[in-house]
Amino acid sequence: MAALLQLYTQINVIKEEYYTRNRIAEENRQREHDAAVKIQSWFRGCQVRAYLSHIHRQATVIQKTCRGFAARQHFRERLKTAYFLMKIHFYNKMAVKIQQRWRGYFVRTYVHNFYARKRYLDELAKKNGQIRRELEELAEQQRKERERTAMEKEEKEKYTQAQRLHFLLSTKQCPGVFNSPFRQEPDEMELRLRRVKPVRTQSAPKEPWHLNQQPLSLQYNKDKLPPIHKTPQGPFRPAVEVQQQRYRPLEPSLRVATSITALEEAREELRRQEWRTRLIDQPFVPFSKAQRNRRYESLLHTASPYQQEEYGKKHFREEDQDQLKGKQPFKTVFTSCQVFEKYGRLYSNAGKIV
Amino acid sequence: MSQRQVLQVFEQYQKARTQFVQTVADLATRPQNIETLQNAGVMSLLRPLLLDAVPTVQQTAALALGRLANYNDDLADAIVKADILPQLVYSLAEQNRFYKKAAAFVLRAVAKHSAELAQAVVDCGALDALVVSVEEFDPGVKEAAAWALGYIARHNAQLAQAVVDAGAVPLLVLCIQEPEIALKRIAASTLSDIAKHSPELAQTVVDTGAIAHLAQMTLNPDAKLKRQVFSALGQISKHSVDLAEMVVEAEIFPAVLSSLKDPDEYVKKNVTTMMREITKHTPELSQMIVNAGGVAAVIDYLGDSRGNVRLPGIMMLGYIAAHSENLAMAVIVSKGVPQLAICMAEESEDHIKAATAWAFGQIGQHTPEHARAVAAANVLPKLLNLYLDTQSSEDLQVKAKKALKNILQKCTYLPALEPLLYEAPSNILKHVICQFSKVLPHDSKARRLFVTSGGLKKVQEIKAEPGSALQEHINAINNCYPEEIVRYYSPGYSEVLLERVDNYQPS
Repeated sequence: MAALLQLYTQINVIKEEYYTRNRIAEENRQREHDAAVKIQSWFRGCQVRAYLSHIHRQATVIQKTCRGFAARQHFRERLKTAYFLMKIHFYNKMAVKIQQRWRGYFVRTYVHNFYARKRYLDELAKKNGQIRRELEELAEQQRKERERTAMEKEEKEKYTQAQRLHFLLSTKQCPGVFNSPFRQEPDEMELRLRRVKPVRTQSAPKEPWHLNQQPLSLQYNKDKLPPIHKTPQGPFRPAVEVQQQRYRPLEPSLRVATSITALEEAREELRRQEWRTRLIDQPFVPFSKAQRNRRYESLLHTASPYQQEEYGKKHFREEDQDQLKGKQPFKTVFTSCQVFEKYGRLYSNAGKIV
Repeated sequence: MSQRQVLQVFEQYQKARTQFVQTVADLATRPQNIETLQNAGVMSLLRPLLLDAVPTVQQTAALALGRLANYNDDLADAIVKADILPQLVYSLAEQNRFYKKAAAFVLRAVAKHSAELAQAVVDCGALDALVVSVEEFDPGVKEAAAWALGYIARHNAQLAQAVVDAGAVPLLVLCIQEPEIALKRIAASTLSDIAKHSPELAQTVVDTGAIAHLAQMTLNPDAKLKRQVFSALGQISKHSVDLAEMVVEAEIFPAVLSSLKDPDEYVKKNVTTMMREITKHTPELSQMIVNAGGVAAVIDYLGDSRGNVRLPGIMMLGYIAAHSENLAMAVIVSKGVPQLAICMAEESEDHIKAATAWAFGQIGQHTPEHARAVAAANVLPKLLNLYLDTQSSEDLQVKAKKALKNILQKCTYLPALEPLLYEAPSNILKHVICQFSKVLPHDSKARRLFVTSGGLKKVQEIKAEPGSALQEHINAINNCYPEEIVRYYSPGYSEVLLERVDNYQPS
């Protein structure tokens, strides 16, 4: 109760106090209210701002994810296109390369090949030059040959002329007509005369004996031959005939007249003649059986000296040439047939019987 | 009267006959005697002597007849009319070789003149007898018979066919292989005469293997033989591609080119003719000859020779150039154009000039490059002169014009075209202006040069009908230049200027 008493005692104070406090409170109410509003607004502002910022952050996350996704999508599209284009370009480039190679090849092969043509024309000019040169040389050689023959002929004529005129040669005592003393030097003919041999004076050719013309020695004693027997026997042939038989010229038989190596010589001569008169070195191959002697035919543009070797025909096996050469061939010597050789040559009728 | 006196009469008669025929035969060698002999009735006197008992008289009579027939066709005709030929043919079969020779000579002399006379010879059955004589052992007889066959065959295709039908060709081919040069010569000439008429006859000759033997003789040193051989090869190859290829296959190239340097003119001519006949067929054959260096050799040959023998060479170049532009270029590269220009300048005969003009046309017609090569040799004014020359033959004028046209249509070498502007008649001028109108729009230097050289002025002076091709070309040229320049060079511009001066009022 004390407390209550105490309060009662103090009631006035308290009342006072109460009124004071109320007044103070009344006085501060507006300020406090403002402050509270301020505090609240600040807080609420903070709160909303925090929320907003939170929302924004979330939105950003959403947006960035979304945009990233779309952008990636778009990028992938772009990349695809770019890659496709790159491929297309590459392919085009390659196609152009292929086409240019092919077109170049085709044109060069079938339409027109400039470099081949140029090369061909150059080659042709070279070949023409060569042909011209060769023909020039040939013509020159032929001209020289003709000149030489003409000169030889002339020389020969002069020589025979000189031979015929050899008697006009000057002697020590008396100069010849070609060696005029009024000239500085003798005529060319004089020099030639000194060099040539004179023609041998030939006696007229001896005529063969004919039946009506008898040899000189015979004409003296044609009537009387030396007697062989004491008493002349039998019917005699005319002396002329006997004389002819005795002096008939040597008529060797064919066997004697020909050399033993005549055959070889003839063959050799034939071979030589063939070699000399041969016009074309490559023998002409006939058209028939053409497949048998067909040779490699080089193309027109690609003439080359190389040819296929005849393997197996010529070079496959060695041949022992010495062994083959070893034997001497037979030499056949024919004995002559006496009967035929004497036929008609003897005056006795007995010899004429074969 | 003794027997001897009786025989003496005969002897005298025989001597007189012999002397008579010998004298007649001698007299017949001189052309001035022949008229007299004919008037004296020598024909009727010789005819019985052909049947004389003495072989010498027969032969000499035949010889005399041959010489008479050789002289002109009237006498040959007289021999035919006198029915001497059957006698000769009859005795050709059985007499000795001297008589055969003389008889073949008569037949040859008769057949030489015309196709009718040759036909008369054939009609009396001479061919069989001659063919038998070709088989004779004696080369002289062979020669005479082959010669007669050749003279028969040379006239026309029927006669040649008759000779072929008589079986002469294989024997002639055998004759070629004989060692006697004269016989070879005649046989080759006869083959040539047979082969020249038609492809079939040439084929017959080829079928007997003649080409191989002819080809072997191309290098023979004898000039006259070579003439005939090359002539035969040329006649064979002229007909068809196949025959020409057969000739080429005998591998005569390039060896025959050496014959182009032969001293004998006709050898050269015949070789060139043969090459011409071969080249005219196909580009391949031409190419083969070009590759063998034939063009260069022929061009040299053109330089060496003069006159008519140049003709085949010129034609050969033309034929080669006509085949393709490549071959034409080969001719140009082988320095053919200057040589042809020399030929054109040197030769006086129209047909050679015509051939040269034709060859130029063939060379220059392919591309501007070819035309330029031809134009650079200063050929165009010469061709124009030939075309305009009133003394040129019609053929030459036509050929020159055609060549000019061919070259001009390709020529872009303006310096060579300019002179033509001043000289050419309108039908040539058309092509010249056309070329200018094609080149000038694309070449500024040429435009400038065209003005300074007075070409533009000349073009303005040309009076062309409106609407014609020439006017169009002139307009195309005018369009390449500013209007003032064109007006400046137009004729009458000075009057226009003066008029303007008159009308001008100074203010």
